[in-house]
Amino acid sequence: MTLAALFFYLFSAVLLAAGFMVISARNPVHSVLYLILAFFNAAALFVLLGAEFVAMILVIVYVGAVAVLFLFVVMMLDIDIAEMREGMLQYLPVGAAIGIVLLIELILVLGGWAVSPGAGSVLASPAPTDGLSNTEALGRVLYTDYIYVFQAAGMVLLVAMIGAIVLTLHHKPHVKRQSIGKQVARDPATAVENRNVKPGQGI
Amino acid sequence: MADIFWTYGVPLLIMTGQSLGLLVALLIVIAFLLYADRKIWAAVQLRRGPNVVGPWGLMQSFADLLKFVFKEVVIPAGANKAVFMLAPLVTCVLALSAWAVLPVAEGWVVADINVGILYIFAISSLGVYGVIMGGWASNSKYAFLGALRSAAQMVSYEVSIGFVIVTVLLLAGSLNLTDIVNAQKGDWGFLNWYFLPMFPMFVIFFISALAETNRPPFDLPEAESELVAGYMVEYSSTPYLLFMLGEYAAIVMMCALATILFLGGWLPPFDFAPFTWVPGIFWFLSKVVFVFFMISIVKAFVPRYRYDQLMRLGWKVFLPISLFWVAATAGVLTAFDLAP
Repeated sequence: MTLAALFFYLFSAVLLAAGFMVISARNPVHSVLYLILAFFNAAALFVLLGAEFVAMILVIVYVGAVAVLFLFVVMMLDIDIAEMREGMLQYLPVGAAIGIVLLIELILVLGGWAVSPGAGSVLASPAPTDGLSNTEALGRVLYTDYIYVFQAAGMVLLVAMIGAIVLTLHHKPHVKRQSIGKQVARDPATAVENRNVKPGQGI
Repeated sequence: MADIFWTYGVPLLIMTGQSLGLLVALLIVIAFLLYADRKIWAAVQLRRGPNVVGPWGLMQSFADLLKFVFKEVVIPAGANKAVFMLAPLVTCVLALSAWAVLPVAEGWVVADINVGILYIFAISSLGVYGVIMGGWASNSKYAFLGALRSAAQMVSYEVSIGFVIVTVLLLAGSLNLTDIVNAQKGDWGFLNWYFLPMFPMFVIFFISALAETNRPPFDLPEAESELVAGYMVEYSSTPYLLFMLGEYAAIVMMCALATILFLGGWLPPFDFAPFTWVPGIFWFLSKVVFVFFMISIVKAFVPRYRYDQLMRLGWKVFLPISLFWVAATAGVLTAFDLAP
């Protein structure tokens, strides 16, 4: 138990430090790398909780795909760090004001926090452990009790995906495109023609 | 005090010993597979390949190791030093750490975790970071272009690898690699293995593994004819060695994964007497070497893909086929009540 607690504090400390570095690192690429470190430690915390499936999915989806695209975009941006720091003081009061307002709101919300009467029973019934693996337990809940919500989430993602494709798909009329099907379907009978050329006449 | 030693110290020592043993064995296997790769490539091109160091050139990989280690580490003036040095470490450590969950024989595994296959999938999808970080930190056009290509390529082919893994999981009913191998056990020997019912998936997995590990014909990130050496162009000596080591460790890991998912892991090909006497590690290694032979012969045969063709293959061919196959497998398993 002490070992688990030790690792909990280790991962939490690294997570918080990495989270802080995300917003304070000078180079945006370094920020993304710290974000990845933060994701990793969050996954490690999930492992400590016994939620290994969620941990692995966190690493696969966020670190393996989302953060790669982040890094991709940030690397492509041509950011002049010196120029960015010039305007820093100018925007500082506005940013600070927004931050303080958010902080006050958070304090108000957390101060008036009331636990719903039904929440106790949910907390008291943790994940089934009678020989069920983490993955199976999650799957049973997801595909039985919450199937409609799950499907709705899938539809939302599908709509977002189709929307992104519609927004970015432009068929330019003058661009020559490779049609693999046409190329493969070509054969000597249609592509080659034998002509009998008489001497001195040409075609 | 003695209590703490027995509850934490001894398991820690055992695990360290196991990990060290696995690492040393893995590195030696990689050294000889690297030699085999060069020999096969040479044989296809009617060359001799490495034949000077040691008998038949067998010690070539170790000579290369010494050469890399004793050379000077050159860091370009405009490079981002920390990220530049971190990138090869990330590549190498990730590729080696994936081996922690791979069972090489019945019960021969360092960490037999429940979500082993997801762990492998996560680790192999992280391999892209070494490439991106190296390419970006080098502060060079070639390296950066290589990194961009690699990022898009690895993210694309991960998707089809994911679906292939899902089909195998549907058959096996477990995310644990040992259970996946045991699910392929049967009276029919090698006819029980998943490569037979899942043959299209096996082919897709093999080709996607080539793309995921940046092997020819999908080695666009390091295409030497256009990008010199892609993301590795600014690297020298030990960091370069780490990149190469990570790359080969990832390739052998993919071979091992193909063995476990489709070729029955450590199971003997025939389920009767002389074959069942042979220890499982021998079968596992011979299958890994077989898959590696196929991967290295592809390198010698096939010309490099053009980038748009690579993307087309990933998104327009493999993704629909594997998606359909997932649905078909699930449908058949449910319809005939075969699901485990």
